[in-house]
Amino acid sequence: MPLLNFLKPENLLEEGGRSAAPIQSDAGEPEKNCPNCHKDIPLSRLWANQLVCPCGYHFRMKARHRISTVTDKNSYCELFSNIKSCNPLDFPGYEDKLDTVKTASEEEEAVICGTAMIGKQKCCIFVMESYFMMGSMGSAVGEKITSLFEYAIKHRLPVIGFTVSGGARMQEGLLSLMQMAKTSAAVKRHSDVGLLYVAVLTDPTTGGVTASFAMEADIILAEPGATVGFAGKRVIEQTTRQTLPKEFQSAEFVLEHGFIDKIVVRKEQKKFLAELLKMHNGGQKL
Amino acid sequence: MSQIPYDRVKLARDSKRPTGQDYIKNIFKNFIEFHGDRRYADDKAIMGGIAWLDGSPVTVIAIEKGHTSNERVERNFGAPHPEGYRKALRLMKQAEKFGRPIICFIDTSGAYCGIGAEERGQGQAIAENLMEMSTLCVPVLSILIGEGGSGGALALAVADRVWMLKNAVYSVISPEGCASILWKDSSKADVAAESLKLTAEDAKSLGVVDRILAEDDIGKKEYFERIHSLLIDEVNSLSKDPELLQKRYDRFRRIGMVKVEQII
Ligand SMILES: [Zn+2]
Repeated sequence: MPLLNFLKPENLLEEGGRSAAPIQSDAGEPEKNCPNCHKDIPLSRLWANQLVCPCGYHFRMKARHRISTVTDKNSYCELFSNIKSCNPLDFPGYEDKLDTVKTASEEEEAVICGTAMIGKQKCCIFVMESYFMMGSMGSAVGEKITSLFEYAIKHRLPVIGFTVSGGARMQEGLLSLMQMAKTSAAVKRHSDVGLLYVAVLTDPTTGGVTASFAMEADIILAEPGATVGFAGKRVIEQTTRQTLPKEFQSAEFVLEHGFIDKIVVRKEQKKFLAELLKMHNGGQKL
Repeated sequence: MSQIPYDRVKLARDSKRPTGQDYIKNIFKNFIEFHGDRRYADDKAIMGGIAWLDGSPVTVIAIEKGHTSNERVERNFGAPHPEGYRKALRLMKQAEKFGRPIICFIDTSGAYCGIGAEERGQGQAIAENLMEMSTLCVPVLSILIGEGGSGGALALAVADRVWMLKNAVYSVISPEGCASILWKDSSKADVAAESLKLTAEDAKSLGVVDRILAEDDIGKKEYFERIHSLLIDEVNSLSKDPELLQKRYDRFRRIGMVKVEQII
Protein backbone atom coordinates (compact mmCIF):
# COMPACT_ATOMS: atom_id res chain seq x y z
CA MET A 1 0.00 0.00 0.00
CA PRO A 2 1.35 3.43 -0.81
CA LEU A 3 2.62 5.24 2.21
CA LEU A 4 0.52 8.32 1.79
CA ASN A 5 -2.39 7.53 -0.42
CA PHE A 6 -3.82 10.97 -0.10
CA LEU A 7 -1.10 12.25 -2.38
CA LYS A 8 -2.62 10.39 -5.28
CA PRO A 9 -3.45 12.73 -8.19
CA GLU A 10 -7.22 12.39 -7.76
CA ASN A 11 -6.89 14.01 -4.39
CA LEU A 12 -4.73 16.90 -5.48
CA LEU A 13 -6.53 20.10 -5.03
CA GLU A 14 -4.47 22.43 -7.14
CA GLU A 15 -2.62 22.30 -10.39
CA GLY A 16 1.00 21.34 -10.17
CA GLY A 17 0.77 18.90 -7.31
CA ARG A 18 2.96 18.53 -4.32
CA SER A 19 6.40 19.44 -5.55
CA ALA A 20 5.38 22.16 -7.91
CA ALA A 21 2.85 23.88 -5.68
CA PRO A 22 3.92 27.49 -5.86
CA ILE A 23 3.30 29.02 -2.49
CA GLN A 24 2.95 32.76 -2.57
CA SER A 25 4.81 34.41 0.21
CA ASP A 26 2.69 37.36 1.15
CA ALA A 27 5.02 39.24 3.40
CA GLY A 28 3.89 39.38 6.98
CA GLU A 29 0.83 37.20 6.55
CA PRO A 30 0.45 34.50 9.19
CA GLU A 31 1.39 31.07 7.92
CA LYS A 32 0.90 27.50 9.02
CA ASN A 33 3.51 24.83 8.56
CA CYS A 34 2.19 21.72 6.84
CA PRO A 35 3.24 18.52 8.63
CA ASN A 36 3.18 16.66 5.31
CA CYS A 37 5.05 18.86 2.81
CA HIS A 38 6.72 21.00 5.50
CA LYS A 39 5.97 24.22 3.61
CA ASP A 40 4.66 27.35 5.26
CA ILE A 41 1.24 28.06 3.81
CA PRO A 42 -0.39 31.49 4.20
CA LEU A 43 -3.49 31.14 6.35
CA SER A 44 -5.70 33.02 3.90
CA ARG A 45 -4.80 30.51 1.25
CA LEU A 46 -5.58 27.58 3.54
CA TRP A 47 -8.92 29.10 4.44
CA ALA A 48 -9.81 29.62 0.82
CA ASN A 49 -9.10 25.94 0.28
CA GLN A 50 -11.13 24.60 3.26
CA LEU A 51 -7.97 24.13 5.33
CA VAL A 52 -6.46 21.72 2.85
CA CYS A 53 -2.81 22.25 1.92
CA PRO A 54 -2.00 22.37 -1.79
CA CYS A 55 -0.18 19.06 -1.18
CA GLY A 56 -3.46 17.43 -0.14
CA TYR A 57 -2.93 17.42 3.62
CA HIS A 58 -6.18 18.00 5.50
CA PHE A 59 -5.74 20.24 8.53
CA ARG A 60 -8.17 19.87 11.43
CA MET A 61 -11.25 21.99 11.05
CA LYS A 62 -13.48 23.44 13.73
CA ALA A 63 -16.98 22.03 13.93
CA ARG A 64 -18.80 25.22 12.96
CA HIS A 65 -16.48 25.85 10.06
CA ARG A 66 -17.21 22.36 8.83
CA ILE A 67 -20.94 22.86 9.08
CA SER A 68 -20.62 25.97 6.94
CA THR A 69 -18.75 24.02 4.28
CA VAL A 70 -21.09 21.01 4.00
CA THR A 71 -24.58 22.42 4.58
CA ASP A 72 -26.67 24.76 2.45
CA LYS A 73 -26.26 28.41 3.36
CA ASN A 74 -28.19 29.46 6.49
CA SER A 75 -29.89 26.08 6.75
CA TYR A 76 -28.24 24.85 9.96
CA CYS A 77 -30.52 24.98 12.95
CA GLU A 78 -28.86 23.94 16.19
CA LEU A 79 -30.44 21.48 18.61
CA PHE A 80 -29.66 20.44 22.19
CA SER A 81 -27.13 23.23 22.74
CA ASN A 82 -28.49 23.49 26.28
CA ILE A 83 -26.96 20.12 27.24
CA LYS A 84 -23.58 20.65 28.88
CA SER A 85 -20.94 18.78 30.82
CA CYS A 86 -20.72 18.91 34.57
CA ASN A 87 -18.29 17.18 36.91
CA PRO A 88 -20.34 14.21 38.12
CA LEU A 89 -17.47 12.35 39.80
CA ASP A 90 -15.80 15.44 41.30
CA PHE A 91 -12.79 14.49 39.24
CA PRO A 92 -9.79 16.63 40.19
CA GLY A 93 -9.15 19.47 37.78
CA TYR A 94 -12.04 18.66 35.45
CA GLU A 95 -14.00 21.87 35.95
CA ASP A 96 -10.95 24.03 35.30
CA LYS A 97 -10.20 22.00 32.21
CA LEU A 98 -13.75 22.52 30.95
CA ASP A 99 -13.48 26.27 31.47
CA THR A 100 -10.19 26.44 29.60
CA VAL A 101 -11.37 24.45 26.59
CA LYS A 102 -14.59 26.41 26.39
CA THR A 103 -12.57 29.57 25.98
CA ALA A 104 -10.09 28.02 23.57
CA SER A 105 -12.65 26.28 21.38
CA GLU A 106 -15.43 28.85 21.65
CA GLU A 107 -17.74 25.87 22.05
CA GLU A 108 -19.72 24.62 25.02
CA GLU A 109 -19.30 20.92 24.28
CA ALA A 110 -17.29 18.49 22.16
CA VAL A 111 -20.12 18.00 19.69
CA ILE A 112 -22.61 20.32 18.05
CA CYS A 113 -25.72 19.04 16.36
CA GLY A 114 -28.91 20.09 14.68
CA THR A 115 -30.83 19.96 11.43
CA ALA A 116 -29.64 21.28 8.10
CA MET A 117 -30.12 21.05 4.36
CA ILE A 118 -27.49 19.42 2.18
CA GLY A 119 -28.19 19.89 -1.51
CA LYS A 120 -31.73 21.02 -0.59
CA GLN A 121 -32.38 17.80 1.37
CA LYS A 122 -33.14 17.91 5.06
CA CYS A 123 -31.05 15.88 7.49
CA CYS A 124 -29.84 15.75 11.05
CA ILE A 125 -26.17 16.53 11.43
CA PHE A 126 -23.62 16.25 14.22
CA VAL A 127 -20.05 17.44 14.11
CA MET A 128 -17.56 16.71 16.85
CA GLU A 129 -15.10 19.40 17.92
CA SER A 130 -11.40 18.56 18.12
CA TYR A 131 -10.65 21.82 19.91
CA PHE A 132 -12.86 20.70 22.83
CA MET A 133 -10.84 18.10 24.77
CA MET A 134 -10.06 16.39 21.45
CA GLY A 135 -13.68 15.47 20.95
CA SER A 136 -13.72 13.20 23.97
CA MET A 137 -17.07 11.61 24.77
CA GLY A 138 -18.56 12.32 28.16
CA SER A 139 -22.18 12.32 29.33
CA ALA A 140 -23.05 15.48 27.40
CA VAL A 141 -21.67 14.22 24.08
CA GLY A 142 -23.51 10.91 24.57
CA GLU A 143 -26.71 12.67 25.55
CA LYS A 144 -26.60 15.06 22.58
CA ILE A 145 -25.89 12.35 20.03
CA THR A 146 -28.53 10.03 21.49
CA SER A 147 -31.06 12.87 21.52
CA LEU A 148 -30.23 13.68 17.90
CA PHE A 149 -30.83 10.10 16.74
CA GLU A 150 -34.10 10.03 18.69
CA TYR A 151 -35.09 13.34 17.07
CA ALA A 152 -34.19 11.88 13.67
CA ILE A 153 -36.40 8.83 14.33
CA LYS A 154 -39.30 11.03 15.35
CA HIS A 155 -39.00 13.26 12.28
CA ARG A 156 -37.89 10.47 9.94
CA LEU A 157 -34.62 12.13 8.98
CA PRO A 158 -31.24 10.75 7.94
CA VAL A 159 -28.23 11.49 10.12
CA ILE A 160 -24.89 12.75 8.83
CA GLY A 161 -22.14 12.66 11.47
CA PHE A 162 -18.57 13.96 11.41
CA THR A 163 -16.49 12.25 14.06
CA VAL A 164 -13.26 13.34 15.69
CA SER A 165 -12.34 11.94 19.06
CA GLY A 166 -9.53 10.84 21.28
CA GLY A 167 -12.01 8.45 22.92
CA ALA A 168 -14.02 8.41 26.10
CA ARG A 169 -13.68 11.31 28.53
CA MET A 170 -11.93 9.67 31.42
CA GLN A 171 -12.83 12.47 33.83
CA GLU A 172 -16.37 11.09 33.75
CA GLY A 173 -15.26 7.51 34.41
CA LEU A 174 -17.88 4.82 33.92
CA LEU A 175 -20.47 7.38 32.89
CA SER A 176 -18.46 8.15 29.79
CA LEU A 177 -18.01 4.44 29.03
CA MET A 178 -21.76 3.93 29.19
CA GLN A 179 -22.32 6.58 26.52
CA MET A 180 -20.97 4.04 24.03
CA ALA A 181 -23.87 1.71 24.84
CA LYS A 182 -26.40 4.51 24.99
CA THR A 183 -25.50 6.03 21.60
CA SER A 184 -25.24 2.57 19.99
CA ALA A 185 -28.75 1.65 21.11
CA ALA A 186 -30.10 4.88 19.60
CA VAL A 187 -28.23 4.28 16.32
CA LYS A 188 -29.74 0.78 16.23
CA ARG A 189 -33.26 2.10 16.65
CA HIS A 190 -32.68 4.67 13.91
CA SER A 191 -31.36 1.94 11.63
CA ASP A 192 -34.20 -0.46 12.43
CA VAL A 193 -36.82 2.01 11.19
CA GLY A 194 -35.07 2.18 7.83
CA LEU A 195 -33.29 5.51 8.08
CA LEU A 196 -29.88 6.35 6.68
CA TYR A 197 -26.84 7.20 8.77
CA VAL A 198 -23.61 8.32 7.12
CA ALA A 199 -20.47 8.85 9.20
CA VAL A 200 -17.47 10.84 8.04
CA LEU A 201 -14.40 9.97 10.11
CA THR A 202 -11.96 12.83 10.48
CA ASP A 203 -8.58 13.05 12.13
CA PRO A 204 -8.39 11.44 14.66
CA THR A 205 -11.29 9.07 15.27
CA THR A 206 -10.23 6.64 17.99
CA GLY A 207 -11.17 4.81 21.18
CA GLY A 208 -14.73 4.71 22.41
CA VAL A 209 -16.10 6.69 19.49
CA THR A 210 -14.59 4.27 16.97
CA ALA A 211 -15.95 1.42 19.10
CA SER A 212 -19.46 2.86 18.97
CA PHE A 213 -21.25 5.26 16.64
CA ALA A 214 -18.35 5.95 14.24
CA MET A 215 -18.33 2.34 13.08
CA GLU A 216 -22.10 1.83 13.15
CA ALA A 217 -23.09 3.90 10.13
CA ASP A 218 -24.65 2.44 7.00
CA ILE A 219 -22.00 4.23 4.97
CA ILE A 220 -18.64 5.11 6.51
CA LEU A 221 -16.48 7.73 4.81
CA ALA A 222 -13.18 9.22 5.94
CA GLU A 223 -10.95 12.15 5.14
CA PRO A 224 -7.58 11.39 3.54
CA GLY A 225 -4.83 10.72 6.05
CA ALA A 226 -7.16 10.69 9.08
CA THR A 227 -6.13 8.44 11.97
CA VAL A 228 -8.85 5.85 12.50
CA GLY A 229 -8.40 3.16 15.11
CA PHE A 230 -9.38 1.76 18.48
CA ALA A 231 -6.26 1.65 20.64
CA GLY A 232 -3.69 4.43 20.68
CA LYS A 233 -0.46 3.84 18.78
CA ARG A 234 1.67 4.33 21.88
CA VAL A 235 -0.31 1.72 23.81
CA ILE A 236 0.00 -0.75 20.95
CA GLU A 237 3.75 -0.17 20.74
CA GLN A 238 4.07 -0.74 24.48
CA THR A 239 1.92 -3.87 24.39
CA THR A 240 3.52 -5.49 21.35
CA ARG A 241 7.03 -4.00 21.60
CA GLN A 242 6.91 -3.44 17.87
CA THR A 243 7.37 -0.28 15.86
CA LEU A 244 4.30 0.49 13.86
CA PRO A 245 4.45 1.36 10.18
CA LYS A 246 3.70 4.99 9.38
CA GLU A 247 0.45 4.26 7.56
CA PHE A 248 -0.90 2.13 10.47
CA GLN A 249 -4.43 3.26 11.44
CA SER A 250 -4.64 5.79 8.61
CA ALA A 251 -7.89 6.12 6.69
CA GLU A 252 -6.11 4.46 3.77
CA PHE A 253 -5.12 1.55 6.06
CA VAL A 254 -8.66 0.98 7.36
CA LEU A 255 -10.03 1.26 3.82
CA GLU A 256 -7.62 -1.43 2.69
CA HIS A 257 -8.67 -3.65 5.61
CA GLY A 258 -12.32 -3.29 4.75
CA PHE A 259 -13.66 -1.10 7.55
CA ILE A 260 -14.71 2.01 5.67
CA ASP A 261 -16.48 2.54 2.36
CA LYS A 262 -14.59 5.40 0.81
CA ILE A 263 -12.16 8.24 1.32
CA VAL A 264 -13.61 11.55 0.23
CA VAL A 265 -11.53 14.72 0.03
CA ARG A 266 -12.96 17.71 1.81
CA LYS A 267 -13.93 19.79 -1.16
CA GLU A 268 -15.97 16.89 -2.60
CA GLN A 269 -17.82 16.07 0.61
CA LYS A 270 -20.87 18.28 0.24
CA LYS A 271 -21.63 17.14 -3.28
CA PHE A 272 -20.99 13.54 -2.30
CA LEU A 273 -23.27 13.65 0.75
CA ALA A 274 -26.01 15.33 -1.30
CA GLU A 275 -25.77 12.57 -3.88
CA LEU A 276 -25.92 9.87 -1.18
CA LEU A 277 -29.03 11.46 0.32
CA LYS A 278 -30.62 11.62 -3.11
CA MET A 279 -29.81 7.97 -3.83
CA HIS A 280 -31.47 7.05 -0.55
CA ASN A 281 -34.66 8.93 -1.22
CA GLY A 282 -33.68 11.70 1.16
CA GLY A 283 -32.41 9.16 3.67
CA GLN A 284 -35.12 6.55 3.96
CA LYS A 285 -36.47 3.35 2.46
CA LEU A 286 -38.43 3.70 -0.75
CA MET B 1 -7.22 -1.43 57.85
CA SER B 2 -9.31 0.59 55.48
CA GLN B 3 -9.32 -0.39 51.87
CA ILE B 4 -8.59 2.16 49.18
CA PRO B 5 -9.99 1.75 45.63
CA TYR B 6 -6.58 0.74 44.29
CA ASP B 7 -6.61 -2.25 46.66
CA ARG B 8 -9.78 -3.35 44.91
CA VAL B 9 -7.98 -3.08 41.57
CA LYS B 10 -5.28 -5.40 42.87
CA LEU B 11 -7.87 -7.84 44.25
CA ALA B 12 -9.76 -7.79 40.97
CA ARG B 13 -6.57 -8.74 39.13
CA ASP B 14 -5.55 -11.50 41.54
CA SER B 15 -4.79 -14.65 39.55
CA LYS B 16 -6.20 -16.80 42.36
CA ARG B 17 -9.73 -15.50 41.81
CA PRO B 18 -12.14 -17.87 40.10
CA THR B 19 -12.08 -17.25 36.35
CA GLY B 20 -14.86 -17.49 33.79
CA GLN B 21 -14.37 -21.19 33.39
CA ASP B 22 -14.77 -21.82 37.13
CA TYR B 23 -18.15 -20.11 37.06
CA ILE B 24 -19.27 -22.12 34.06
CA LYS B 25 -18.19 -25.40 35.70
CA ASN B 26 -19.73 -24.72 39.07
CA ILE B 27 -23.00 -23.08 38.11
CA PHE B 28 -24.20 -24.81 34.95
CA LYS B 29 -24.68 -28.42 33.88
CA ASN B 30 -23.29 -30.04 30.74
CA PHE B 31 -21.61 -27.00 29.25
CA ILE B 32 -20.84 -27.61 25.60
CA GLU B 33 -18.25 -25.23 24.26
CA PHE B 34 -18.61 -23.87 20.74
CA HIS B 35 -15.73 -22.36 18.85
CA GLY B 36 -14.94 -19.77 16.26
CA ASP B 37 -16.35 -16.60 14.78
CA ARG B 38 -16.91 -18.18 11.31
CA ARG B 39 -14.84 -15.37 9.83
CA TYR B 40 -11.25 -15.72 10.86
CA ALA B 41 -10.36 -17.60 14.03
CA ASP B 42 -11.29 -18.94 17.43
CA ASP B 43 -10.31 -16.50 20.16
CA LYS B 44 -9.43 -18.39 23.32
CA ALA B 45 -9.82 -15.30 25.47
CA ILE B 46 -13.57 -15.73 25.17
CA MET B 47 -15.35 -19.03 25.78
CA GLY B 48 -18.90 -19.62 24.72
CA GLY B 49 -21.44 -22.35 24.44
CA ILE B 50 -24.69 -23.76 25.77
CA ALA B 51 -25.48 -25.37 29.10
CA TRP B 52 -28.33 -26.17 31.45
CA LEU B 53 -29.43 -23.77 34.10
CA ASP B 54 -31.95 -25.50 36.32
CA GLY B 55 -33.40 -27.56 33.50
CA SER B 56 -33.43 -24.80 30.89
CA PRO B 57 -30.86 -24.35 28.14
CA VAL B 58 -28.95 -21.06 28.28
CA THR B 59 -26.12 -19.54 26.27
CA VAL B 60 -23.06 -18.84 28.38
CA ILE B 61 -20.22 -16.56 27.34
CA ALA B 62 -17.18 -15.94 29.50
CA ILE B 63 -13.94 -14.06 29.18
CA GLU B 64 -11.29 -16.46 30.43
CA LYS B 65 -7.95 -15.30 31.82
CA GLY B 66 -6.58 -18.66 32.91
CA HIS B 67 -4.87 -19.46 36.21
CA THR B 68 -1.40 -20.84 35.48
CA SER B 69 1.07 -18.85 33.44
CA ASN B 70 0.71 -21.27 30.53
CA GLU B 71 -3.04 -20.93 30.61
CA ARG B 72 -2.78 -17.19 30.82
CA VAL B 73 -0.57 -17.02 27.76
CA GLU B 74 -2.91 -19.35 25.88
CA ARG B 75 -5.88 -17.16 26.83
CA ASN B 76 -3.98 -13.96 25.97
CA PHE B 77 -4.50 -12.89 29.60
CA GLY B 78 -8.19 -12.50 28.90
CA ALA B 79 -7.66 -9.73 26.36
CA PRO B 80 -9.95 -10.57 23.44
CA HIS B 81 -9.29 -9.95 19.76
CA PRO B 82 -12.13 -8.89 17.45
CA GLU B 83 -12.76 -12.60 16.76
CA GLY B 84 -13.70 -13.11 20.41
CA TYR B 85 -16.37 -10.43 20.25
CA ARG B 86 -17.59 -11.76 16.92
CA LYS B 87 -17.81 -15.30 18.31
CA ALA B 88 -19.75 -13.96 21.28
CA LEU B 89 -22.16 -12.11 18.99
CA ARG B 90 -22.62 -15.16 16.80
CA LEU B 91 -23.56 -17.22 19.84
CA MET B 92 -25.83 -14.50 21.16
CA LYS B 93 -27.66 -14.31 17.83
CA GLN B 94 -28.03 -18.08 17.99
CA ALA B 95 -29.42 -17.78 21.50
CA GLU B 96 -31.95 -15.28 20.19
CA LYS B 97 -32.95 -17.64 17.39
CA PHE B 98 -33.59 -20.48 19.81
CA GLY B 99 -35.04 -18.34 22.59
CA ARG B 100 -32.28 -19.00 25.11
CA PRO B 101 -31.37 -16.48 27.82
CA ILE B 102 -27.76 -15.25 27.67
CA ILE B 103 -25.41 -15.09 30.64
CA CYS B 104 -22.00 -13.38 30.32
CA PHE B 105 -19.07 -13.45 32.73
CA ILE B 106 -16.68 -10.56 32.28
CA ASP B 107 -13.07 -10.39 33.38
CA THR B 108 -10.67 -8.46 31.18
CA SER B 109 -8.15 -5.69 31.46
CA GLY B 110 -9.52 -4.61 28.08
CA ALA B 111 -9.81 -5.53 24.43
CA TYR B 112 -6.36 -6.47 23.11
CA CYS B 113 -4.27 -3.57 21.83
CA GLY B 114 -2.34 -5.20 19.00
CA ILE B 115 -1.59 -4.82 15.34
CA GLY B 116 -3.76 -7.71 14.16
CA ALA B 117 -6.60 -6.60 16.41
CA GLU B 118 -6.57 -3.18 14.75
CA GLU B 119 -6.21 -4.61 11.25
CA ARG B 120 -9.25 -6.78 11.83
CA GLY B 121 -11.39 -4.03 13.31
CA GLN B 122 -11.35 -4.15 17.09
CA GLY B 123 -13.41 -0.96 17.22
CA GLN B 124 -15.92 -2.22 14.69
CA ALA B 125 -16.31 -5.55 16.51
CA ILE B 126 -17.07 -3.85 19.83
CA ALA B 127 -19.39 -1.33 18.16
CA GLU B 128 -21.36 -4.08 16.49
CA ASN B 129 -21.84 -5.92 19.78
CA LEU B 130 -23.08 -2.78 21.51
CA MET B 131 -25.54 -2.13 18.73
CA GLU B 132 -26.80 -5.69 18.33
CA MET B 133 -27.00 -6.54 22.02
CA SER B 134 -29.29 -3.57 22.56
CA THR B 135 -32.08 -5.35 20.67
CA LEU B 136 -31.52 -9.07 21.36
CA CYS B 137 -35.01 -10.26 22.18
CA VAL B 138 -33.94 -12.71 24.89
CA PRO B 139 -32.91 -11.87 28.46
CA VAL B 140 -29.24 -10.89 28.80
CA LEU B 141 -27.50 -10.91 32.16
CA SER B 142 -23.84 -9.94 32.62
CA ILE B 143 -21.69 -10.42 35.68
CA LEU B 144 -18.39 -8.60 36.23
CA ILE B 145 -16.27 -11.14 38.09
CA GLY B 146 -12.87 -9.43 38.08
CA GLU B 147 -11.65 -6.65 35.85
CA GLY B 148 -14.16 -4.71 33.79
CA GLY B 149 -11.77 -3.03 31.41
CA SER B 150 -13.48 -0.38 29.31
CA GLY B 151 -15.02 -1.08 25.89
CA GLY B 152 -13.64 -4.61 25.94
CA ALA B 153 -15.85 -5.36 28.95
CA LEU B 154 -18.85 -3.32 27.86
CA ALA B 155 -18.96 -5.30 24.60
CA LEU B 156 -20.46 -8.15 26.66
CA ALA B 157 -22.41 -6.02 29.10
CA VAL B 158 -25.24 -4.35 27.21
CA ALA B 159 -27.57 -6.39 29.36
CA ASP B 160 -30.92 -6.29 31.16
CA ARG B 161 -29.12 -6.84 34.43
CA VAL B 162 -25.49 -6.16 35.23
CA TRP B 163 -24.13 -7.63 38.44
CA MET B 164 -20.74 -7.09 39.92
CA LEU B 165 -18.66 -8.88 42.51
CA LYS B 166 -17.80 -6.83 45.57
CA ASN B 167 -14.10 -6.76 44.63
CA ALA B 168 -14.48 -6.48 40.89
CA VAL B 169 -13.72 -3.15 39.23
CA TYR B 170 -15.34 -1.52 36.20
CA SER B 171 -13.62 1.41 34.55
CA VAL B 172 -13.30 3.41 31.36
CA ILE B 173 -9.50 3.23 31.59
CA SER B 174 -6.98 1.48 33.81
CA PRO B 175 -5.88 3.63 36.74
CA GLU B 176 -2.28 3.35 35.48
CA GLY B 177 -3.28 4.52 32.02
CA CYS B 178 -5.32 7.37 33.44
CA ALA B 179 -2.48 8.54 35.68
CA SER B 180 0.05 8.42 32.89
CA ILE B 181 -2.16 10.38 30.49
CA LEU B 182 -3.36 13.01 32.95
CA TRP B 183 -0.39 13.41 35.22
CA LYS B 184 2.38 11.77 33.15
CA ASP B 185 3.01 9.55 36.15
CA SER B 186 1.71 5.99 36.29
CA SER B 187 2.73 5.70 39.94
CA LYS B 188 -0.23 7.92 40.76
CA ALA B 189 -2.50 5.01 39.86
CA ASP B 190 -3.90 4.97 43.38
CA VAL B 191 -5.09 8.57 43.03
CA ALA B 192 -6.56 7.75 39.62
CA ALA B 193 -8.32 4.66 41.00
CA GLU B 194 -9.91 6.85 43.63
CA SER B 195 -10.97 9.52 41.12
CA LEU B 196 -12.31 7.14 38.48
CA LYS B 197 -14.98 5.73 40.85
CA LEU B 198 -14.43 2.19 39.67
CA THR B 199 -15.56 0.09 42.65
CA ALA B 200 -18.73 -1.99 42.75
CA GLU B 201 -20.33 0.49 45.16
CA ASP B 202 -19.51 3.39 42.82
CA ALA B 203 -20.84 1.52 39.78
CA LYS B 204 -24.05 0.79 41.64
CA SER B 205 -24.54 4.36 42.75
CA LEU B 206 -23.96 5.58 39.18
CA GLY B 207 -26.72 3.27 37.96
CA VAL B 208 -24.32 1.14 35.92
CA VAL B 209 -24.69 -1.98 38.06
CA ASP B 210 -27.87 -3.42 39.55
CA ARG B 211 -26.58 -5.76 42.20
CA ILE B 212 -23.36 -6.28 44.14
CA LEU B 213 -22.50 -9.91 44.90
CA ALA B 214 -20.79 -10.64 48.21
CA GLU B 215 -17.62 -12.66 47.90
CA ASP B 216 -16.52 -13.56 51.41
CA ASP B 217 -16.82 -17.23 50.51
CA ILE B 218 -15.53 -16.80 46.95
CA GLY B 219 -14.78 -20.06 45.18
CA LYS B 220 -16.60 -22.21 47.75
CA LYS B 221 -19.52 -24.49 46.96
CA GLU B 222 -22.02 -22.23 48.74
CA TYR B 223 -20.73 -19.24 46.82
CA PHE B 224 -21.51 -20.77 43.43
CA GLU B 225 -24.83 -22.15 44.74
CA ARG B 226 -25.86 -18.68 45.78
CA ILE B 227 -25.10 -17.23 42.34
CA HIS B 228 -26.84 -20.22 40.77
CA SER B 229 -30.08 -19.56 42.58
CA LEU B 230 -29.90 -15.79 42.02
CA LEU B 231 -29.47 -16.45 38.31
CA ILE B 232 -32.45 -18.78 38.17
CA ASP B 233 -34.72 -16.23 39.81
CA GLU B 234 -33.53 -13.34 37.68
CA VAL B 235 -33.66 -15.24 34.38
CA ASN B 236 -37.18 -16.43 35.21
CA SER B 237 -38.44 -12.97 35.96
CA LEU B 238 -36.73 -11.41 32.90
CA SER B 239 -38.16 -14.13 30.65
CA LYS B 240 -41.67 -13.11 31.63
CA ASP B 241 -41.15 -9.40 31.02
CA PRO B 242 -42.99 -8.19 27.91
CA GLU B 243 -41.25 -4.81 28.15
CA LEU B 244 -37.77 -6.31 28.13
CA LEU B 245 -36.36 -4.37 25.16
CA GLN B 246 -37.81 -1.02 26.12
CA LYS B 247 -36.46 -1.45 29.64
CA ARG B 248 -33.02 -2.40 28.33
CA TYR B 249 -33.01 0.72 26.18
CA ASP B 250 -34.11 2.89 29.09
CA ARG B 251 -31.56 1.29 31.41
CA PHE B 252 -28.70 2.72 29.33
CA ARG B 253 -30.60 5.76 28.08
CA ARG B 254 -30.73 7.30 31.55
CA ILE B 255 -27.05 6.80 32.43
CA GLY B 256 -24.98 9.98 32.44
CA MET B 257 -25.01 13.28 34.23
CA VAL B 258 -25.32 16.57 32.41
CA LYS B 259 -26.25 20.15 33.11
CA VAL B 260 -29.40 21.06 31.18
CA GLU B 261 -29.87 24.78 30.81
CA GLN B 262 -33.31 26.19 30.26
CA ILE B 263 -33.84 27.55 26.78
CA ILE B 264 -35.41 30.97 27.07
ZN1 LIG C 1 1.30 20.37 2.67
